[in-house]
Amino acid sequence: MKQTTVEKTNVRDRIRKIEGRFEVLRTILAIAISLIIILALVFFVSDEPLNVVYNLFVGPLTSVRRFGSVIEIMIPLMFTGLAIAITFSANRFNLISESSFHFGAITAAYIGIFSPFSAPLTILLILLSSILIGGLLGYVPALLEEKFNASVLVNSLMLNYVISHFANYILNNVIRDRSSSAIQSLPLPEGVNLGELVSRTRIHWGLIIALVIVFLAYIVIDKTRWGYSLKAVGRNEKFARYAGINVGMVTILAQVVGSSIAGLGGAVEMLGIYDHYLWTSSPGYGFDGVIIAALARNKPKYIPLAAFFLAYIRAGADVMNRSTDVPAEIVSVIQAIIIVLIASQAFLSKWKQKQIIKVSQEADMKGAA
Amino acid sequence: MANEYILEMKDITKVYPNGVIANKDVDLSLKYNEIHAILGENGAGKSTLMKILFGSEQATEGKIYLQGEEVVFNDSLHAIQNGIGMVHQHFMLDPELTVTENIILGMEPKKGLSLDYKKARQLVADAAKKYNFNVRPGQKVSDLSVGQKQKVEILKALTRGAKILILDEPTAVLTPQETEELFIQLKQLRDDGHTIVFISHKLNEVKEICTRGTVLRSGVGMGSYDLSNVTIEELSRLMVGRDVVREVEKTKAEPQEVALKVNHLTVLDDELNVAVNDVSFNVRKGQIIGVAGVEGNGQRELIDSITGLDETYEGTIYLNGTELMRKNGTKQRRDLSMKHIPEDRNTLGVMPDASITENLIALNYDKDSFNKGMLMDSSVIQNFSDSLIDKYQVKTDSSDTAVRMLSGGNVQKVVAAREMEGEVELLVADQPTRGIDIGAASFIHDQLIGMRKDGAAIILVSADINEVLAVSDSIVVFYEGEITAYFDDASTCDEEILGRYMLGLEQMSKEEMMEVNH
Repeated sequence: MKQTTVEKTNVRDRIRKIEGRFEVLRTILAIAISLIIILALVFFVSDEPLNVVYNLFVGPLTSVRRFGSVIEIMIPLMFTGLAIAITFSANRFNLISESSFHFGAITAAYIGIFSPFSAPLTILLILLSSILIGGLLGYVPALLEEKFNASVLVNSLMLNYVISHFANYILNNVIRDRSSSAIQSLPLPEGVNLGELVSRTRIHWGLIIALVIVFLAYIVIDKTRWGYSLKAVGRNEKFARYAGINVGMVTILAQVVGSSIAGLGGAVEMLGIYDHYLWTSSPGYGFDGVIIAALARNKPKYIPLAAFFLAYIRAGADVMNRSTDVPAEIVSVIQAIIIVLIASQAFLSKWKQKQIIKVSQEADMKGAA
Repeated sequence: MANEYILEMKDITKVYPNGVIANKDVDLSLKYNEIHAILGENGAGKSTLMKILFGSEQATEGKIYLQGEEVVFNDSLHAIQNGIGMVHQHFMLDPELTVTENIILGMEPKKGLSLDYKKARQLVADAAKKYNFNVRPGQKVSDLSVGQKQKVEILKALTRGAKILILDEPTAVLTPQETEELFIQLKQLRDDGHTIVFISHKLNEVKEICTRGTVLRSGVGMGSYDLSNVTIEELSRLMVGRDVVREVEKTKAEPQEVALKVNHLTVLDDELNVAVNDVSFNVRKGQIIGVAGVEGNGQRELIDSITGLDETYEGTIYLNGTELMRKNGTKQRRDLSMKHIPEDRNTLGVMPDASITENLIALNYDKDSFNKGMLMDSSVIQNFSDSLIDKYQVKTDSSDTAVRMLSGGNVQKVVAAREMEGEVELLVADQPTRGIDIGAASFIHDQLIGMRKDGAAIILVSADINEVLAVSDSIVVFYEGEITAYFDDASTCDEEILGRYMLGLEQMSKEEMMEVNH
């Protein structure tokens, strides 16, 4: 009897492992397939395909400055990736993080320019305000859905336009530097920035902030009661309500927290990289967050890895763009293929099924013998 | 090749995508003109075997022979074309269409491009007459009783030329009177040359109507038997591998003060019909009230209102003197220690993708004793989960197993464990033992009676009249959204009496039911 129990445990363990491996394999294969298609495209359109491939995949490693730019691109992606992952965990497809990031940056610029306080105090004020404003922006579409049953996907997308234009209004009428011919804000005062973390690169202290936030999110989601209720709502909303979880509150809170992280990301980006605010349209990091969240399966612990991957490809594309005849836009092809393959439930599921049947039957045969 | 069997299934093995082996080398042989029982506890693999026969699941291994020739059914259409019909436990009828429309769906007689409705009606009327089924072709299905709907399902299969008819727990939803009528008709069909596969838990019924039976236990065939040669006790031993005591032992109830007070409750269903009509009753501490009724007579809406899942009811409900809220009512009810074993365990009762542990702690995860400061206390949680798995005999290798990997009966045990543990002021037990084996069912019955002794108020809803009669202290009968009978002492009542009230043949006067508000 003891023997068979041990045997059975092994089977279940192996099935669980197959299921786990299946998820990893699916992600890796999705990435591999997209890269193969890129290679095919490059060999088809380019006169110097080997050079292109070298620049795209090895380019970011060829100098400290280039590798620094990978990390630099990774920082905002971590913020928005995490923002979207938390929102999606509650099964709410709120895309307002796109605006929260944008507006977090302009909040940083506005406070930075007009703050009467010393630089450190100003930075603190900026970070807190961007969190607050990000959260507030996330609350609007969440509330519209909760109160009026207006699809949060649609109304957050629409609101993104409104907020983007409002940001332009602020840029043009409130903080614009009239003395400059370029469209940009007045400069941030001396000292109102996050400071360089690694010399000879543009890697700033925002990296540490991002990693801390990711770690906190991991702890909260996996180890606390708030995380439990969030996951319960995401897994089965009917069950959550039945078990007495306040579903409305959990979903709204998830969207507010997600959006506030995106807002903070915008401010960190502004303070980490720029002297002037100069976006005339949203930089699109919120939508990139969807890709990061999908790659990381909404799990905070995988967010840095996913952000690193996308940042690396983008940095590579940038190098390639400057030194070869293939444009950087080719990265969009990689992103599109990955999203499609990861989102499709059926991809590789036959393979998984076969593996599981094999293991179950093998074990069964052993049990009979 | 002539032989005595119309159908043989040989060495059928089925492995589901989650790795569960539902059937392993199962054999089934059906003779011409017999009513053949498939016996087994839930999770034994009966439904899987029938789905394979009906083509809606494919066997991983094994062969099917129809009149001696090998056949492969890729889908149910294929099986239907080969003369196999199935009546599912949950009827596959469109309630908005008439009997005729439901029956001819997919095989409509045509006149030019349009439907020849007259001919269709005639076809259905002829079939009903031929098989002596009392259904009116023009009636809308939503107006039919459960028993009549079942007849429509059977007719549907017969008009498609079914020679082999599979009935999946056909008596589960019927009153005793309706069951009797069904049996007469099944015997007639058998005599007319049909072969019937009869799936059931209820051994008495099986003995009454079937000639042979095949027993399954944990996916393995335990052999086929001539039922006149085996006793009910022997059959149940084959099914569960042990002798079972079928009595519920209980002491006399000692009802105390009123726990649940339902006051002039009126509920509309999704189509805005009155489902519960001005119903009032009380449940006292230390009392089990059984709710009897044919499915669809307002029990669903009653339960949803009491448990706070429905927010639209009118009237008031009190638990221990506190008025229950409509909006976000589940939280308040849970805080007042109301527990609920829901009928629909998979969509409501569990998170299928989460582990057993995560499912078990759903009512406790935010309690201080389950947390250490900001973080959840994993050792307390692990101990809690292990002790419940042990106590409720959930068959699993690990508490980390996802609930979707468990069989139906074990999922039900997880739900029961969560809802019956800890402090309980009111337990609403909706079909608490549906689909679980006899051993686990009697354990749950014992738990119910133990909880009552500890002062819990309990509402028991069950489609199994015997369960209601055996476990309840008092019984209310629901018919068309109203309480039509109340038995203060359940032991004064029996199946026959209950059946008459459930069908609406009789109704108690207001005076007779005064005590319902005791």
